[in-house]
Amino acid sequence: MKDYNSLIFELSKEGRKAYSLPPCDVGETRLDSLIPSSFLRDDEVDLPEVSEVDVVRHFTNLSTKNYGVDTGFYPLGSCTMKYNPKINEDMAALSRFSDIHPLQPEETVQGALELMFNLDSMLSEITGMERVTLQPAAGAHGELTGLMIIKAYHENRGDKKRNKIIVPDSAHGTNPASAAVAGFEIIEIESDKNGAVDLEKLKAVLSDEIAGLMLTNPSTLGLFEQNIKQIADLVHEAGGLLYYDGANANAIMGIARPGDMGFDVIHLNLHKTFSTPHGGGGPGSGPVGVRKDLVQFLPIPTVEKKDAKYVLDYDRPHSIGKVKSFYGHFGVAVKAYAYILSMGGDGLKNASQEAVLNANYIMNKLKKYYYLPMDQVCKHEFVLSGLLDNENHVSTLDVAKRLLDYGYHPPTIYFPLIVSDAIMIEPTETESVETLDSFIDVMIKISEEAKENPEILKTAPHDTNVRRIDEVKAARNLILKWDKNKQ
Amino acid sequence: MHRYIPNTEADEKQMLNSIGAKSIEDLFVDIPKNLRLEKNLNIHGPLSELELSNHMKNLSNSNKSVDDLVCFLGAGAYDHYIPSIVKHLAMRSEFYTAYTPYQPEISQGTLQVIFEYQTMICSLTGMDVTNASMYDGATACVEAAIMAVESARRDSVVVSSTVHPDVRKVLKSYMRFRDVEVIEVDMTDGVTDIEKLKSLVGSNIAGVIIQNPNFFGIIEDMTEIEKITHANKSVLINYVDPISLGILKSPADYGVDIVVGEGQSLGNSMSFGGPYLGFLATNSKLMRKMPGRIVGQSDDVDGKRAFVLTLQAREQHIRRYKATSNICSNQGLNALIAAIYMTTMGKKGIKEVAEQSAKKAHYAMNQLTKTGKFKLLFDKPFFKEFALTSSVESTRINKGLLHHNILGGYGLDKDYPELKNGLLLCVTEKRTKEQIDKLAQVMEVI
Repeated sequence: MKDYNSLIFELSKEGRKAYSLPPCDVGETRLDSLIPSSFLRDDEVDLPEVSEVDVVRHFTNLSTKNYGVDTGFYPLGSCTMKYNPKINEDMAALSRFSDIHPLQPEETVQGALELMFNLDSMLSEITGMERVTLQPAAGAHGELTGLMIIKAYHENRGDKKRNKIIVPDSAHGTNPASAAVAGFEIIEIESDKNGAVDLEKLKAVLSDEIAGLMLTNPSTLGLFEQNIKQIADLVHEAGGLLYYDGANANAIMGIARPGDMGFDVIHLNLHKTFSTPHGGGGPGSGPVGVRKDLVQFLPIPTVEKKDAKYVLDYDRPHSIGKVKSFYGHFGVAVKAYAYILSMGGDGLKNASQEAVLNANYIMNKLKKYYYLPMDQVCKHEFVLSGLLDNENHVSTLDVAKRLLDYGYHPPTIYFPLIVSDAIMIEPTETESVETLDSFIDVMIKISEEAKENPEILKTAPHDTNVRRIDEVKAARNLILKWDKNKQ
Repeated sequence: MHRYIPNTEADEKQMLNSIGAKSIEDLFVDIPKNLRLEKNLNIHGPLSELELSNHMKNLSNSNKSVDDLVCFLGAGAYDHYIPSIVKHLAMRSEFYTAYTPYQPEISQGTLQVIFEYQTMICSLTGMDVTNASMYDGATACVEAAIMAVESARRDSVVVSSTVHPDVRKVLKSYMRFRDVEVIEVDMTDGVTDIEKLKSLVGSNIAGVIIQNPNFFGIIEDMTEIEKITHANKSVLINYVDPISLGILKSPADYGVDIVVGEGQSLGNSMSFGGPYLGFLATNSKLMRKMPGRIVGQSDDVDGKRAFVLTLQAREQHIRRYKATSNICSNQGLNALIAAIYMTTMGKKGIKEVAEQSAKKAHYAMNQLTKTGKFKLLFDKPFFKEFALTSSVESTRINKGLLHHNILGGYGLDKDYPELKNGLLLCVTEKRTKEQIDKLAQVMEVI
């Protein structure tokens, strides 16, 4: 079905339909006798008219033009594309989880509240924090929520001048964006030659205007921030708080905890570390955890246990308020909860160990062919800096596109920004050594092709549904929807 | 070994060997000893699949679903019928196990779906352009308000008190940290007070936010609101129920600048409040202020039609320090579900769902107000929700209904203390005459 190239609108034919509803059993009334005709539309919404089989074949065919974790190896750095267990999908789809209304009386949703309460405890245990809110919808939303909490903390102390957040230049792009959206000014600090926080540079920017520092550990280079205790002490002495970006938490479960490192506010990505699927761009889930004295600022409502009943607590005067409708992505929380129980405490630790083993294994095999700027033990991921001996000027993008021809999803490229031509590889623990070996072989083969036949890389991919796409044309000649009148 | 971790002990040994490490421990030497967790995580498990499944089913059985109860509850999450094919197609794992489509050559499925989703949201709202989805209706509304602030370069927004209370709460949380003032305009008889709106909309107001049909299900008269807003050069933002657009005039017909809303009712299960999707659509004038991902059509090097993320200059990873939105992950899978739903219902189906919901809601209102025990709280044209009032407290009514396995309405006094005993009921196309008659009969004797 490589050639399937129809839009659903092109299949539409007047009079076809894919739905059925029972006849309206409350009598024949004219709509305009119920609602004034000035409020009613004169036309019909221009949606497709297709049969049920058309719908099924169309979306099935489109799905085959996609590459998912179920298709193959997905070493996309910073994204933790681990296997998404099927049983978790079944559990989230149980009718008494998926077909419950968020505003039902508490006595009819005790199971849902219990699950949220327990997931809060589990995530708190894993991170070493006091409490966790499940309300944020994604990682970036978690960052924003955490930063709001940091601001609320300072304001509550009567300290209103702390309007700056420190972000290392190695940070995820959402960090500074979240800080900007939370109304902070951003102070960027340059990393040292190993991509770690430069203590002298940090000291130079600390002041009584600093609200906090955002950090991910392991860093975006996949390296553990060894001075983390000193960093925490410095920031705390200056009156600031430490924010932990949990994108890289898959390296440290059961091994070290952000709470013990001195972090005050953290977020996790359930869609990375806790195996919930990425959905082609969401839904994610970005729970936020805090130390004890910050619990009062968490979004409302929290789930509490009172007299063996679970209740929603809205009576929290210091709360930052709501950051989202209802209580967050409950359906995603169900999957993460099921995952954690499937693994158990020791299983989670083992997952982190194997993730780190897999990353180091690939790194050691590839460093003879690609430039490895930081040659030391890595955590769950590592960053290469383009090809070694690259006299034909084959780019990182070319390497990535050639990987498509060999049936792999490429690693994250050109990130982190502090490494030129970055190739960021995160295998995760759910891949076997055989899968890693095949990938390594292909990466080596590509490095050979770069010497012998660079054109094949520069014009890659060759075997995909579509080949390199003209992005300039897409941006210049904007076509953002199908237009019947232009066909 | 665990079923999700394929490496065997022998594999491990061989891999460590090739790295030149003696044990896994050697790979963690960089974590200072004093930071190492000295205990085992206190977490239950590991559970086998069978144990897990039993545990989860037990837990879920402490909930009552809308299959156990007959649902007349709305207020932002709606029990519309979801055709069987929606879930079957959304569960194609090539869709749900994929990442964001950053590698377009192997993501044409996701990209084309978003393109089709964009087309259908534009048809529904009448707007020029939309993005690939936002977290939910409330955060979509916040993003629209920020667009208004950015484009009008003013520092306050007006929101009607007939907008969903959760949406107003989320708006206030965000705006508090951006130093944007949120001014609420009162209602009169269940709709936005036009006179008060007129007096509030001044040179500091960037945008006006109106929900239509509003939180009480009432259809607001947008004509006058549009005149007031645009005469002040403010941005008009409409928060809408996408199903209502099957029969109601589109926001574009009223001259609305930004349309946002909660897309849950487009085929997404209620799932105790999420994940849903927010949609945000606007006109070409404001297009470049729109946050989030957008898919555009182009060609590949062979001239074949292909889709790709575009207008990326607005994205947070490029404008790191000047970002006005930080959204990255959105609700891809929920937007896919919405696209499949809109395709399945099509031109006729979306209209029929809206029409049946409206007719059944009006039938229910007539049955419930027949004897005079319950009165319409506001006598105004409504869509699928309406508010009743009586001498009985809403919690008592709901408790009584629950005895008969009926999920009653939303007690309005929680958010509107002045509307004591107000009860907001919702009727979708799923309800039958028999269920509505039963509701009326039970409520009559509480």
